[in-house]
Amino acid sequence: MPLFDAVRLALQTLRVQKLKSFFTLLGVTISVTFLIAVVSVVEGMSKYVEQDFAGKFLGVNTFNVRRFPDIQNDVTDLEWRAWQRRPRITPDDGEAIKAALPADARWAMQDLQWGQASSAFKTSGQQVLSMAVTPGYFGIKDLNITTGRIFNDQEDALGSNVVVIGSEIAEQYFPNLDPLGRELRINKFPFTVIGVLEKQGTVFGLNLDRQIMAPFHSYMSIITRARLNLYGVVVQASTPAAYPALQQTVREVMRKRHRLRPSEDDNFVLEGSDTALAQWLTIKKFLVLAGMFLPAIGLVVGAIVIMNIMLVAVAERTREIGIRMSIGARRRDILRQFLIESATLSVVGAILGIVLGIGLSKGVAAVSPLPAAVAPWSILLAVTVGAGVGIIAGAYPASRASKLDPIFAMRQE
Amino acid sequence: MNETNLDAPIGATAERKVVLQSPGQAPDPKWVIVTRGIKREYDMGGEVVRALRGVDLAISRNEYVAIMGPSGSGKSTLMNVIGCLDTPNAGEYWLNGTLVSSMSDDALARVRNKEIGFVFQTFNLLPRATALHNVELPLVYAGIPSDERKKRAKEALARVQLDHRMDHRPNELSGGQRQRVAIARALVNRPSILLADEPTGNLDSQTSEEIMRVFEELATQGQTVIMVTHEPDIASHARRVIVLRDGEVATDDRREQFTQRLGM
Ligand SMILES: Nc1ncnc2c1ncn2[C@@H]1O[C@H](COP(=O)(O)OP(=O)(O)OP(=O)(O)O)[C@@H](O)[C@H]1O
Ligand SMILES: [Mg+2]
Repeated sequence: MPLFDAVRLALQTLRVQKLKSFFTLLGVTISVTFLIAVVSVVEGMSKYVEQDFAGKFLGVNTFNVRRFPDIQNDVTDLEWRAWQRRPRITPDDGEAIKAALPADARWAMQDLQWGQASSAFKTSGQQVLSMAVTPGYFGIKDLNITTGRIFNDQEDALGSNVVVIGSEIAEQYFPNLDPLGRELRINKFPFTVIGVLEKQGTVFGLNLDRQIMAPFHSYMSIITRARLNLYGVVVQASTPAAYPALQQTVREVMRKRHRLRPSEDDNFVLEGSDTALAQWLTIKKFLVLAGMFLPAIGLVVGAIVIMNIMLVAVAERTREIGIRMSIGARRRDILRQFLIESATLSVVGAILGIVLGIGLSKGVAAVSPLPAAVAPWSILLAVTVGAGVGIIAGAYPASRASKLDPIFAMRQE
Repeated sequence: MNETNLDAPIGATAERKVVLQSPGQAPDPKWVIVTRGIKREYDMGGEVVRALRGVDLAISRNEYVAIMGPSGSGKSTLMNVIGCLDTPNAGEYWLNGTLVSSMSDDALARVRNKEIGFVFQTFNLLPRATALHNVELPLVYAGIPSDERKKRAKEALARVQLDHRMDHRPNELSGGQRQRVAIARALVNRPSILLADEPTGNLDSQTSEEIMRVFEELATQGQTVIMVTHEPDIASHARRVIVLRDGEVATDDRREQFTQRLGM
């Protein structure tokens, strides 16, 4: 029997037994839905991490010289205590790094602290991420200004108490007003607003529009206690190729300043987008594996259900099989018919799952910042797996059908 | 009744004897069916049921044969062997000059598809398929393309005057109509023999007459027909009557001899 006729026959059977088919397909459909959705969400997270997190939050080709990593998972108590014994990163370290950098590299010192903001229009609210940074910071993070300007080297050197604020801070503390020239107090200390940042959104729960930046040498460094202990020194290479050499240069400066012997490990970290990405890849691998594991169980269940349904179908249609054999169906025609039927069943389930999975990931994208990124390979995988499950599940029932004796089969009711 | 006709051996009885008594030799293809010493036994857990105990038959092209006999005499078993649904334990079965009794499953399926049209007492139609699709089915397994299939299935339905019921499913048809669909299906691949095992067994007498007229007409058109029946008046449609008893051929007569014997 030609393939087309067999598939049509299978679809006809599906149509006739809608409810039964629905339950048969449930296992495969749910598994595939899950597979597509999980892969899509993980891919979406990946995109997000690679573009938004690594790009916006950390900066491109950028690393932070820090006392210990800011991005951590699974830190033991012991490690934590060892980190606390490390020497602090100071503004002097920052200056020493700056002096060692090649001309095309960018540099900034950064410290930060959660602070309480208030203005003439709003006196309370959530804490604000308050930073003391050198002017180079804006260029490294690619921060743009919608109104006003950023502060310059001179203002930094003089320690002017000016501030550049995030768009949400501007809206909340100066509602329907031009914030430029107005006063924003941080922990009661007044700063003059000179610029408002472009809207950036949220990265991993951190609202980038609720940050403010004041010159490193302004009063802000007192608030953040930057003079004793820097959050980090930010260094950006001009090209990805220059990045490793730049890290080497900075590492040597820091090792020298910390008087480390060659046998000793670094007692500081160079934390960059590459470390963050490496961490992310570990997490991603785990998520993908976990995301595959559940559908895999679902598919096994789905296969068992399909096998049972096909066994029932063979039993119910024993007479039909006998009739088909009596008019010239070979054993392999019967085998094929039932294999194609169970594969069709399963593929229909998979297609249903693909549609639902795409819907689900679109839903996730709608309610979260994660973009939907339905991977074409996951669709291909779903269809292949669907057909495979159908064929495996159908093999035993189909073989039983094909081995029936036509006379015996025709006598069944 | 015509005396000369009565004495003249149909299909030349003498010739038949010769063909039946040359074991291992391929018969002339004018003999559609030749069986030599066909045995079929069922092992029922120690007890052996001998359904066929050595059946010798020679049936030539265009014959219209009725097979009669008491219940359990082996009629259906013989039909199944002739129809290649069953293989004998012993003996030779030659169909159109080829030895069928030693064929593989696949080859038998092909023979069933091409050479044999089988009509059953219980119709054996696919319940969910339309009349047209039921008739098409043998052509599907013959690998004939869809357009050609439809055309030939319609022709076959027209031969049994059912072309106006093509799109009906079996449960939307009367018993007589179902059996006509089954006959159309049996004919659609132009088989060399048409087998019918009690084709009117599930039908009332009037419908039976109608169905018998269909067989009659097919026989007149030159179709070889072998039919199992219990009813003498149905057998009287045939031109030759074979009576089985205990798995053996008891008598093998022209119809006239048969009716004479019965005193009809
Ligand atoms: N599958 C089987 N297993 C065991 N015995 C069988 C089987 N098929 C037929 N028989 C036996 O073989 C003998 C012949 O059966 P068969 O069906 O050929 O008789 P029949 O002449 O067609 O009878 P009826 O007129 O009742 O249809 C019977 O004794 C029957 O019990
Ligand atoms: Mg019978």
